[in-house]
Amino acid sequence: MTGVEHGLPAIAAMFAAARAAQRAAFLPYYPIGYPSYTESLDAIIALAELGADGFEIGVPFSDPLADGPVIQAATQTALANGITVRRCLDAVRELRLRGVMQPMLLMSYLNPLLAYGPAAFVRDAKAAGADGVIIPDLPVEEAAEWAAACRSHNFAQVLFVAPTSDAARIAAVAAQATGFIYLVSVTGVTGARTGLSADLAGFVARVRSRAGGIPLVLGFGISTAAHVRQIEQLTDGFIVGSALIKAAQGGVAGVRAFVTELRAP
Amino acid sequence: MNKTSQQTLPDERGYFGAYGGRFVPETLIPALDELLAAYESARVDPAFQAQLANLQATYVGRPTPLTHARRLSQQLGGAQIYLKREDLAHTGAHKINNAIGQALLAQRMGKHRIIAETGAGQHGVAAATAAALLGLECHVYMGTVDMARQQPNVYRMQLLGAEVLPVAAGSKTLKDAINAAIRDWVTNVQSTHYMLGSALGPHPYPRIVRDFQSIIGVEARRQILEAAGRLPDLCIACVGGGSNAIGLFHAFQEDAAVDLIGVEAGGSGIAGGVHAARFSDPELGRPGVLHGTRTFVMQDANGQIADTHSISAGLDYPAVGPEHAHLRDLERAHYTYASDSEALAAFHLLCKVQGIIPALESAHAIAEAVKRAPSMPKTAVIIVNLSGRGDKDLDTVLQETGK
Repeated sequence: MTGVEHGLPAIAAMFAAARAAQRAAFLPYYPIGYPSYTESLDAIIALAELGADGFEIGVPFSDPLADGPVIQAATQTALANGITVRRCLDAVRELRLRGVMQPMLLMSYLNPLLAYGPAAFVRDAKAAGADGVIIPDLPVEEAAEWAAACRSHNFAQVLFVAPTSDAARIAAVAAQATGFIYLVSVTGVTGARTGLSADLAGFVARVRSRAGGIPLVLGFGISTAAHVRQIEQLTDGFIVGSALIKAAQGGVAGVRAFVTELRAP
Repeated sequence: MNKTSQQTLPDERGYFGAYGGRFVPETLIPALDELLAAYESARVDPAFQAQLANLQATYVGRPTPLTHARRLSQQLGGAQIYLKREDLAHTGAHKINNAIGQALLAQRMGKHRIIAETGAGQHGVAAATAAALLGLECHVYMGTVDMARQQPNVYRMQLLGAEVLPVAAGSKTLKDAINAAIRDWVTNVQSTHYMLGSALGPHPYPRIVRDFQSIIGVEARRQILEAAGRLPDLCIACVGGGSNAIGLFHAFQEDAAVDLIGVEAGGSGIAGGVHAARFSDPELGRPGVLHGTRTFVMQDANGQIADTHSISAGLDYPAVGPEHAHLRDLERAHYTYASDSEALAAFHLLCKVQGIIPALESAHAIAEAVKRAPSMPKTAVIIVNLSGRGDKDLDTVLQETGK
């Protein structure tokens, strides 16, 4: 991906490459500062070497209300380690210096980003080498200020659709989201689940028909190779978070073992 | 009731000026739309309004009295203090006004399960009560710190058939109980109504809760005109999320001569940062987003939510209802604070001179009246919202007094 500009072009190139290889892009979620700042960077570098196509980089917030127990706990650890928005931008810069080429989208709840300032955040994140932002408590109706900031930096603004979103909302999200649309696989919070929703194919098709060609990435609950096989043909990408963080309790070796298992053909 | 510009807020997107809105995961937005639609239709449905009015009169015990606190007024030597007696409503606090209203809405939407958060336990008890009354399943989230300091209310909720779910995350208080309730709602959104207990959270909650609580001010306004022959000079209420305060203020908002005073929890003092006075500490309190609404939020420089402290669990919360932030911007209402020790002193004073044991939350409002009344003329009139009774706080008070 050398030579491609960070932001929307890099994300488009990521999906194009995955599509050419006839697979969905693998986007691990990893929080900066878990279990420590250094180890989180090591884990992300290991994931980059293990074939991650891009990253959702977690920025910790004290009250992560869309997250289940695993990410809540990781977030608390990260905060105890002194991780701030600014420190996460340092992490992106350091990861680029250490050779991570894949797109990195920063995931944060709104309040820490508001404290930083939307325009300043997008400018500084882009300069650090990030490609987009994912804000789970920012629905499309409230996203205008962010859309403007992201547009001026060619930076992706990922928005969500959920199984509860109706046709009109899907269309509104599709009209505003850039980079990709994040499909929440289930009504619920993040966390590994034994089975994915029975109506997943119907849900993805419902969004696809109104998405106007913007890539669709599925997240929430994806934790096994069987899940990946089930969704690989449906979506353009998928996010794995809680199950990966659990595996990371076993250090970089744990991350390697988990991803190898997850990506087994 | 006259509908004027301020009274028709929030706007269509749920904003009171610069505050309010909806900042929740996409999964919940359709449920908020559904709730808004159900509320809009219920509001103009005479059958719904009649059912609500009937329960208010025959079950809640409304109207609650307005008591002239003669001995308290005499002792302070100034303004005449009147107490709006929400402590005499069924379950012992104003929370029941909203709980009954929202339980009826839940029924109207065909949701058989309600969830609620609680700090002091008063909203939890009210939710459990309304659920028992209407035959709904009820789960109440409560921080473990609050469970320890409000044990009697935990037992009450259980007696009423609710399940109390302990929340041991974060500060283990109201904030974390709301996080847990939102996570439950996002998971069970089809079957469940989230009965939010204060005038905060995503649109339309601040409006719905205000409207269900505005009966406090409607009654108080009528009652003071009967009792004193005039409008009050001051209306005083404590402000945690701010539902009892907005309920009292709303009916007086267009009466320009009536000053509206909200009293936040000053904890052990503003200087040390150990409090829940969102409006009074510029170091910590500034606009942000928490629990779905843009409002004043106590936070550190990096936007992480700050720990709060108050002797009263019901005021121990880092954000404030968005309409209060707007009223403050407009300078229509003014906000101050009472410390833990001032609230305790007011608690004891009201017990001794009026024979009323107030909730520690309400004691913050009494404390402000104690500060102001002496310098006001004897003809002046203050209404204090006595938002709840203090039986739940006896352990806390005994512990503090025993120190």
